[in-house]
Amino acid sequence: MTMSAMSRKLVQTLAETISKQVEHFNKTEVECLIREFKVLLGEPGMGRAVNGLDRVKFRSILHNIFGMTDDMILDGVFRTFDKDNDSFVSMKEWIEGLSVFLRGTLDEKIKYCFHVYDLNNDNYISRDEMFHMLKNSLIRQPTEEDPDEGIKDLVEITLKKMDHDHDGRLSLADFEKAVREENLLLEAFGTCLPDMASIEAFEQCVFQKQL
Amino acid sequence: MGVLLTKAAQWTTASSGTGKLEFTPMNEFLLKGILCFVEQFNFQHPQEAEHVFEEPLQWITTLVASDFKTDYDISGDVQSQEKDSEGHSLLQLSPPTVCVRSFSQLCKLVHLAGDKKLEEVRACLEENRDPLVKILGPFFANIMERGTVHTQDQAKDSEVKVRLFHLLQNMDKQLLANLLEEISEWLDPTSVKNEVELLKQFCTEGEKKVLKTVRYTSDYEFSNGCRAPLWRQLHGEICYLIIEPYDSEDFYITCSNAGVFLNGVGEQSGYDRTSDVYKDLVTLLKSRSPHFAENINNQVQWNIDRFTVINKKHPYRCPLLLQVVKSTLICSLLFSKDPARAMQVETFSESSSESEEEDEQLERRPENNIDLPAEYWQIQKLVKYLKGGDQTATVLTLCAMMDLNLMQETCQLAIRDVGGLEVLINLLDTDEVKCKIGSLKILRKISNNVQICRTTVEMGGLRCIVKILDSPVKELKALAAETIANIARFRRARRTVRQYDGIKKLVKLLDCVPNLTRLTADQEKDVDVARCGALALWSCSKSTKNKEAIRKAGGIPLLGRLLKSPHENMLIPVVGTLQECASEVSYRIAIQTEGMIKDLVKNLSSDNDELQMHCASAIFKCAEDQETRDLVRKYRGLQPLVLLLGKAENKQLLAAATGAIWKCSISMENVAKLQEYKALEILVGLLSDQPEEVLVNVVGALGEFAQIPANRATIRKYGGIKPLVNLLTGTNQALLVNVTKAVGACATDKDNMAFIDSLDGVRLVWSLLKNPSTDVQSSAAWALCPCIENAKDAGEMVRSLVGGLELIVNLLKSTNNEVLASICAAITKIAKDKENLAVLTDHGVVPLLARLTNTSDDRLRYNLAGAIGHCCMWGSNRVSFGDTGAVAPLVHYLKSKDSAVHKSTAMALYQLSKDPNNCITMHEKGVVKILKCNGQESHIHSHQWLNKYC
Repeated sequence: MTMSAMSRKLVQTLAETISKQVEHFNKTEVECLIREFKVLLGEPGMGRAVNGLDRVKFRSILHNIFGMTDDMILDGVFRTFDKDNDSFVSMKEWIEGLSVFLRGTLDEKIKYCFHVYDLNNDNYISRDEMFHMLKNSLIRQPTEEDPDEGIKDLVEITLKKMDHDHDGRLSLADFEKAVREENLLLEAFGTCLPDMASIEAFEQCVFQKQL
Repeated sequence: MGVLLTKAAQWTTASSGTGKLEFTPMNEFLLKGILCFVEQFNFQHPQEAEHVFEEPLQWITTLVASDFKTDYDISGDVQSQEKDSEGHSLLQLSPPTVCVRSFSQLCKLVHLAGDKKLEEVRACLEENRDPLVKILGPFFANIMERGTVHTQDQAKDSEVKVRLFHLLQNMDKQLLANLLEEISEWLDPTSVKNEVELLKQFCTEGEKKVLKTVRYTSDYEFSNGCRAPLWRQLHGEICYLIIEPYDSEDFYITCSNAGVFLNGVGEQSGYDRTSDVYKDLVTLLKSRSPHFAENINNQVQWNIDRFTVINKKHPYRCPLLLQVVKSTLICSLLFSKDPARAMQVETFSESSSESEEEDEQLERRPENNIDLPAEYWQIQKLVKYLKGGDQTATVLTLCAMMDLNLMQETCQLAIRDVGGLEVLINLLDTDEVKCKIGSLKILRKISNNVQICRTTVEMGGLRCIVKILDSPVKELKALAAETIANIARFRRARRTVRQYDGIKKLVKLLDCVPNLTRLTADQEKDVDVARCGALALWSCSKSTKNKEAIRKAGGIPLLGRLLKSPHENMLIPVVGTLQECASEVSYRIAIQTEGMIKDLVKNLSSDNDELQMHCASAIFKCAEDQETRDLVRKYRGLQPLVLLLGKAENKQLLAAATGAIWKCSISMENVAKLQEYKALEILVGLLSDQPEEVLVNVVGALGEFAQIPANRATIRKYGGIKPLVNLLTGTNQALLVNVTKAVGACATDKDNMAFIDSLDGVRLVWSLLKNPSTDVQSSAAWALCPCIENAKDAGEMVRSLVGGLELIVNLLKSTNNEVLASICAAITKIAKDKENLAVLTDHGVVPLLARLTNTSDDRLRYNLAGAIGHCCMWGSNRVSFGDTGAVAPLVHYLKSKDSAVHKSTAMALYQLSKDPNNCITMHEKGVVKILKCNGQESHIHSHQWLNKYC
């Protein structure tokens, strides 16, 4: 009883602080998200203190809750959530990530997606990275001499459309300009944002349960 | 007599033998055209009608001597009293042969023939294969050139001939133009055209060339897209090609509805087929040119289906027509083997229909053939990726497709031809929102092309698009609605939208609040969805059933709310829909009661021409209603309407604005207000050099303005009388109705009348009684009344119109009450002149009037009683009316609720009562009792005669 009262108080304080640092969520919502994070993390009585969600756990959560399946993209999403690069998504990182994930503005989402697609974190999406992300997106025709020809062509078509400064790779500026012209290009190299239905379901589940 | 035949006969002096005209719809159509021309000839071209033919037209007739009445000597052989300068009759009947030597006699004969007139025309044409030669003489062309060396008389004679020649020629052109329209119903040149365009590309492609050249034999393209001469189109032939392959001499090829075939290799053997019929050009070339066959396979995955698909859609609708035209005289002539003659037909049709087809033709022609190959392969590749890609690849590919020039026809058709349209439609059935958005973004553009629209509907795409209207994603809804707006341009598509409940869904999209000063991003999206919904409804509202469906779905108040939007791009589709729907009474009432007139008036002052036009057009349609007219005035709509008249260069806008002014001017208060803005002066200025749709409205408005006496003089002062009278020679029936009304209204002013008379206006109005439209007939007859009343020497004027009185009397046989009423009114005026009344009586006016007395139509009763009253005043007409039983029904008129009827009836009875027998009849029918019952003072003179005779 005292423990839970203590924890409640703690949660409230924590929520207060975080809600001041993170966009799009109010204090109550942050509170709910904290609780949900704890649930996702597993039971607290396990002894060892856990820093946060590891890659495997993170993947399975995104898979189960938001129906996202592409492992390569999920790695990118994990990398983007894990801001301090310590291989764990902490509670704060989780909530920060969700704020874009669930309620981000177009600007925020552009940056987010770009980061997901920038596999080696060099601030450019290169031909190789694109090829890598698209390599399973077309049915290969075994009859063709080079079964990857279609993908290579698709990469060239995409570069032609998005590479405004013609340096053979996409900078954030290139990406941003292309997406502003055509919003469909936001998730150009794979689904890395949840769809409307799963957002709604998640929010309803998390925010209403605790109210 | 046969005009088309006249021409046809010229083309085919080679073909001989006496053909019979089969009883086919096509012949019937042509014969009726010719008959109509002949019937009207006397009135429309009196001078030419008197021209004596070089040789008589001669044929075996079904008419007998007793069919001929006045104007003919019927002792022995029937001879017309009308004779040529040498005293020979212009019509001679020695049964069963009849000889006719002028159009005036032909025209009369046709009228005498009654029901059998079509038979007569047919017989005449069958037996006179060269009517033009007979009418104008074999050397009329020479005469036209040498005209000056002849004596005065002959010169005048040839001048008439030239005019006659032109008349016949015009008639020809019209009939042929109609024929052309008929043909395009079943010939589809598109697929051939596409194939030729593609083959042309293969002549230009570097090393891979498969053909040297591909060219049409004729640069001229008819409005239906065919290049074959008209008479070959009747055979189903579309165009001719000369294709130069690498391994053979030139191929001369005919493309027809049934397929393609050779006319010869190296040299052409006329139109004869010298090979099998192949389903398309590629198949033909493959079998005839090994080089082509070898290389084409390396080069393309040819979409052979294209041609066959199109052909399947038109499964030989031609045989019907072929059967129609086969062995008809005309077409046996048309099918002449003489190429020189064929050329004549071609050039001739060219001039006849060029003007109207020009725009359409330009639209059809692919914009730029040179970049086709690159784009074609590009498109084929992209479609391949669409077919084999996951969501990510699909979206990327769709985005790449958007960068193509989707408004270009070659691109649009290429997408369809490589199977892209099907994939795009399939994407709409998936759950992937992004794919659906991308697909719709492309469909919305390529659906600018009508062929794409049709294919989309045929593939069931419209069903998917309609379904998307229910999506929770606003962007999707908006795109779907926008695409529907493009596709629903033809009837079947509009019906499909309705059948899938699309109208209801579209109406639902309209539900938003458009005029908040500050909108959130979300509300802005709602407004955009509503705008797209309105665009789609606008397209759909062109079908009457959809108008009803929109109303039932509760669309009217929603449209009314959107009408308050401050944005033009919203207002245009909303007002567009409203004005389209205002053809229905229910909408006109709703527009008034929902307070939309105020907004419509407000937007008349917008600075967007299109919006102004739709507003004016809506007011035009709604202002039939008095209350609406008053509202337009109340909201100060009249001044902006007059201001719109200043935009005379935009004819559509001008037509809408003049229409609105016309309808508004039905209220005299509005006329007064319009006068303040000098509307009359401007309207008179619009009487010349305007298209008919403007003229109809301008003249309609003048007719209303002229109801006020002062305006009649004003119209004259501004020079409006002459152009009005000139318009009496037109052919547009709506225009003629209004012109006669306006002329009639102007004629109530004595000075105007003198002027109209000097312009020969009365004869022109009178000749309109011959117009086939009953509306024109009655309007002309009403107009004659003030003309006769106000003419200086009316009796003489009427007498000077040969055959005029007979015509009037004959119209009493009409079955249309409005015509009858107007003719009775005219007779009332004419009968004031005793001499003319005598002529009317000779033509049998009395029994015809008596026959009408059983009517229950008060308007007709009023005028009929007036006519009877006036016709009493000649000879034994009173007695005749009694004998023909006119008196008893007249007495019954006194029981009518209309006091005007009482008055004119009382007058008629007064006149009739001067015959004692009539008095007895009246008495028997209880006239005294009825009159006493009515007891109104308007019957003063009826009481007088009561006292006197009973």
